[in-house]
Amino acid sequence: MLDLRISVESLPKLAKGATLTLELAALVLVTAAILSIPVAFALNARRSWVSRAAEAYVMLFRGTPAMIQIFLVYYGTSQFAWFRESVFWPIFREPYWCAVVALGLNGAAYTGNILAGAIRAVPQGTIEAGRALGLDWFKLQRFIVIPQAVRIGFPAYTNEVIQTVKATSLASTITLIELTGSAQMLVNDTYAPYEVFLAAAAMYLAITFVLAVLFRHIENHLYRAGRDPAAQNLKTAVEA
Amino acid sequence: MTPQKKARSIWQRGRSAILVAAALAFCSLAPTGATAQQSCPKTIKVATEGAFPPWNYVDANGKLAGWDIEITAALCKAIGADCPIAAQAWDGIIPGLQAGKFDAIIAQMSMTPKRMEQVDFTIKYKESSSRFVAKKGAVTNVTPAALKSKTIGVQRGAAQRTWLEEQGYSNIRHYETTQAVELDLIAGRIDLLIQNTATSSLVFFKRPESKDFEFVGPEFKGGTLGAGQAIAIRKGDNTLRECFNTAIRAIRKSGEYDAISAKYVPFKLLTEDQ
Repeated sequence: MLDLRISVESLPKLAKGATLTLELAALVLVTAAILSIPVAFALNARRSWVSRAAEAYVMLFRGTPAMIQIFLVYYGTSQFAWFRESVFWPIFREPYWCAVVALGLNGAAYTGNILAGAIRAVPQGTIEAGRALGLDWFKLQRFIVIPQAVRIGFPAYTNEVIQTVKATSLASTITLIELTGSAQMLVNDTYAPYEVFLAAAAMYLAITFVLAVLFRHIENHLYRAGRDPAAQNLKTAVEA
Repeated sequence: MTPQKKARSIWQRGRSAILVAAALAFCSLAPTGATAQQSCPKTIKVATEGAFPPWNYVDANGKLAGWDIEITAALCKAIGADCPIAAQAWDGIIPGLQAGKFDAIIAQMSMTPKRMEQVDFTIKYKESSSRFVAKKGAVTNVTPAALKSKTIGVQRGAAQRTWLEEQGYSNIRHYETTQAVELDLIAGRIDLLIQNTATSSLVFFKRPESKDFEFVGPEFKGGTLGAGQAIAIRKGDNTLRECFNTAIRAIRKSGEYDAISAKYVPFKLLTEDQ
């Protein structure tokens, strides 16, 4: 029998877990976003060894399950005594930072790939226009390439954000009591997996729904008619 | 064929066997005094955790092995039933029993008050206690106050987890399996672990990495930690419970119980008479 009271009663405890889920997702997204910029430029690099190295990195993280990556970072690193005596141990000792490192590196591979594709899709004409104005490489990227690439890659990035929120559930395998972890604990207390996991699923759905709406708004703002980003930025660049 | 598929087909075959047996029993008077228990089911689907060496685990060939597996075979022989065993993650083992995915849990389950609300238990099939393990010399006193600044690792579905919370211990880390707890104790991510005393001495202290660790504090048992370990069955499944109870007494009397146990532990697992 489905006892929805158990679902409702589990919500406060699940909400506590959800705050850790959001915290982890935010940290992972920031880490991934920062790392994705060098990854994207490396992927598009003319020097073949740079792009090969970046491709290998993306391949490695996209081609293996995030769960294995978390296990490698958490249980793998702790296996070696020399590593446990290294300067990295204070970070890798903590399950929290292991989750951020593993999921951050994973996210950087996906986000970097999205950004690299978006950069390649920036119309060549706008870049030539920028060059004609005498912009140096850095200004060209800053005012012409990146703003357009962000708009091009944004819809794909929305997916990545939602994937990241869900991927934080893997942190429950390394002792973190986030949303999925607290659901598992509650199941052990109540022996009512259906009710508890249903409530947890509803919470994930609520989080991703809010994110989807938020990103839709940002998207609308980015693509608002009459605001040609390249033209806008060219003006700023020339004035600067 | 995967083990589950195989188990299912055995189960299906077993089910038709039950029908035949039921029909036969209906037509004739069952002979008394046979070794097999007459009213017991001919097929009993058993679940174990399969991740709790040496009690139950998956061996190098991918097959379930361990004390629970051997005891199950002996019990089912005494009952005269076919018992396909499948591994089931600890977190879902009681819900799985309640959902009818299997008929009995033979997996070192302690009879805790909380579990007794959910399932019925047979008579005790093993005694157990719980004990803390820590780095040598690091911990002397194991009261909640003394361990305030220490991190304690425990399996999240274990009776010890509820016990830790009830006693007021803080800084608890929760793991899916006991092996994961042991790995993190060795790695120094946690200061202590608490688990079944025999599991620690038979598994953890057999590992070379455990040489710097020791038992600390007394053995804990009873209350939330449970009154010994038993086979769990669905609430109200009295026939099956009686079948297992009779079988447990029988294999203890025949010496089979002690013979199997001697392969695993250097001491008696059950001493008192049931």
